[in-house]
Amino acid sequence: MAGANGGKQMKPYRSPWMNEELDALRTTARRFYETEVAPYAVKWRQQGKIDRAVWRKAGELGLLCMGISEDHGGRGGTLAHEVVMIEEQARIADTSFPFVPGSCGGPYGLLRQGSDEQVKRWMPKLASGEHFIAACITEPSGGSDVRSLRASAKRDGEEYVINGSKTFITMASQADLAMVMARDSETNELVSFMVEVAGSPGFKLGRRLEKVGQHGIDTHEVFLDDLRVPAWNAMRGREKSFAAGEITGFNRERVVIACSAVACAERAVELAVDYTKQRKMFNQTEWDFQNTRIKLAECATEARIGRVFIDSLISRILAGEVIDGAESAMAKTWCTEMQNRVVDQCLQFFGGYGYMMEYPIAQLFVDARVQKIYGGANEGLKGVIAKAL
Amino acid sequence: MKPYRSPWMTEELDALRATARRFFEKEVAAHDQRWRQNGKIDREVWRKAGELGLLCMGIPEEFGGHGVSFAHEVVVVEEQSRVADTALPYVPGSCGGPYMLLKNGTREQTLRWMPKLVSGEHFIAVCVTEPGGGSDVAGIRSKARREGDEYVINGSKTFVTMGSQADLAIVAARTGGPGKDGMSMFMVEVAKSPGFQLGRRLEKVGQHAIDTHEVFLEELRVPAENLLGGVEGRAFAGAMTGFHRERLVIAASSISTAERAVELAVEYTKQRKMFNQTLWDFQNTRIKLAECATEARIGRVFLDSLISRVLADDPLDEATAAMAKWWCSEKQNRIIDECLQFFGGYGYMMEYPIAKLFVDARVQKIYGGANEALKGIIAKSL
Repeated sequence: MAGANGGKQMKPYRSPWMNEELDALRTTARRFYETEVAPYAVKWRQQGKIDRAVWRKAGELGLLCMGISEDHGGRGGTLAHEVVMIEEQARIADTSFPFVPGSCGGPYGLLRQGSDEQVKRWMPKLASGEHFIAACITEPSGGSDVRSLRASAKRDGEEYVINGSKTFITMASQADLAMVMARDSETNELVSFMVEVAGSPGFKLGRRLEKVGQHGIDTHEVFLDDLRVPAWNAMRGREKSFAAGEITGFNRERVVIACSAVACAERAVELAVDYTKQRKMFNQTEWDFQNTRIKLAECATEARIGRVFIDSLISRILAGEVIDGAESAMAKTWCTEMQNRVVDQCLQFFGGYGYMMEYPIAQLFVDARVQKIYGGANEGLKGVIAKAL
Repeated sequence: MKPYRSPWMTEELDALRATARRFFEKEVAAHDQRWRQNGKIDREVWRKAGELGLLCMGIPEEFGGHGVSFAHEVVVVEEQSRVADTALPYVPGSCGGPYMLLKNGTREQTLRWMPKLVSGEHFIAVCVTEPGGGSDVAGIRSKARREGDEYVINGSKTFVTMGSQADLAIVAARTGGPGKDGMSMFMVEVAKSPGFQLGRRLEKVGQHAIDTHEVFLEELRVPAENLLGGVEGRAFAGAMTGFHRERLVIAASSISTAERAVELAVEYTKQRKMFNQTLWDFQNTRIKLAECATEARIGRVFLDSLISRVLADDPLDEATAAMAKWWCSEKQNRIIDECLQFFGGYGYMMEYPIAKLFVDARVQKIYGGANEALKGIIAKSL
């Protein structure tokens, strides 16, 4: 039976947007994940949260807020820098280090909605890793349907008083800043308020939520109980001052999630190819079974096709083009569904071992499911695509 | 959504697109039903395509071709999908056979046979597949023996596209022992070759207007100078180089037909009234069509990335071409099936283009290398 030997190598694929500077960043990121994250994976999973010091280390290495300009307190890099970080995180099958919400999500919310003064005040410590920012948008009664949010903010002199409840809050117990969305009870418009957690007794933690996967990330309910915020902290948007080529927050988040989906799928295929080629059974290797080869060829194809699609979007964004909502929705829905299919198929080849959390494929599996939900549920995003047809 | 334009498109290709569109609407779509009923095209249409310069576009000018890029052929394939046509045998006759001659013939042979393929005066059929072996090309059993200045070929071939209307036929036969190295290719000039005998016209699931025949080779006499490349034993590698290009073309036609199916379904559901609203107003319709549009776009971007590589002289490896062919043809079938559903009973009627797209699609997963075999090629590279 034809085995792996004598196979014709496929040309190595390199993303068209990669360059030498990004190669150097990749080396730094790989070392960071291998020495500062991977060794603590089991501990963090068991305690249900990271050690806060790792965030500071990432900041010291210049790995946070890379796509935000230096004028705004960021590192002055591009989306490509962030993508490299995400790819390297997928390589060690990690989700505990909250890179996407903490460096690709929250800081861009601040950039998008804060005034220059507000950005100047809060961004530098996000980039240095001294502070972590949590986004508090989702409520028990409404996730993707942002317009139904009910938390209220009432003006009282030089302060707003906020009441309501929030859920699925990433890193709530470890965040220094929280961007809380609430409805101004006078104007009925939705406003983001920056909460400095340490001085805010009204920002109360509820239960730590137990999740299907991503066990090393702290996820909490939060109660806003007469939470007092200085009126100065209200952020009412500055979309108009966006530089050309900047993409809106949700678009950016969707592209980033799609990147992590593709990177995880690629990793799953690598793991399964390596494993099946050495796993002996029935006097041959598992790879020698035709079913193994055909299934993994299918998985590799889908991962590659997702990769080319996402790279085309990244290249366009880097060239200053604005990606529209339907395109980012295509990337997010398709890549996350592909990730779940591919990771599930790859796990199968590990048999019982694939069900044991010590195997990275098991980690990839439980961590994948939520990718089809957050960042806009895939069903909601398909509605966005349909509107564009 | 922002309109998508393939990164390799140019103004020159826009002009070609306009020409191709007019050609397919006037010279092809108008005759579609009759050709389907006849089970073959009017041979004259091929000549017209040649006169318009639509054939053999990527063949170098020194061999009588038009010396333009692969992108030109893709544009024609896309425009053919737009009218949901498969009758004009463009892919086998202009993207397949001529390249097999180009890659395998000597300079003299190519100069002798190519110009009339370009002008559309001649059509070339490829006779490789046999009743006992399709994707397993190395297993063919037809035999060619040398007799003086001739080869005498015996055997049988099947699934021969345009078998009854071809002027030239490339025939693969065994000149040596078993396996890859014992195979050679011959150019048969059909009119002069009584040993080239047609068997049954095969009735197919779809692509009803393309003539597909069994062919029997009975003491078929071919001048020795018609041995392609002038050396025995080269057929296997030669056949494979042709397949390589063919796979990308099949992927291109897969994507363009899938895109067309989505367009047809979006248009239809937005105007189709039912239960006091339109079919589009049902959420299921919108979600399903959003999924179809997404997969068609993702296939398109992948395909375009490969076309751009070919145009930049970055040759595709076999595994990457295999990825494009199996994935795109599988998506084509899934998307068209999903889109047909929205047409209800009308989608089952051949007068609706979606019905033609459906029956014509199935074989895309089979020819050009069965998808299962292609996955084997990919696995070898992992």
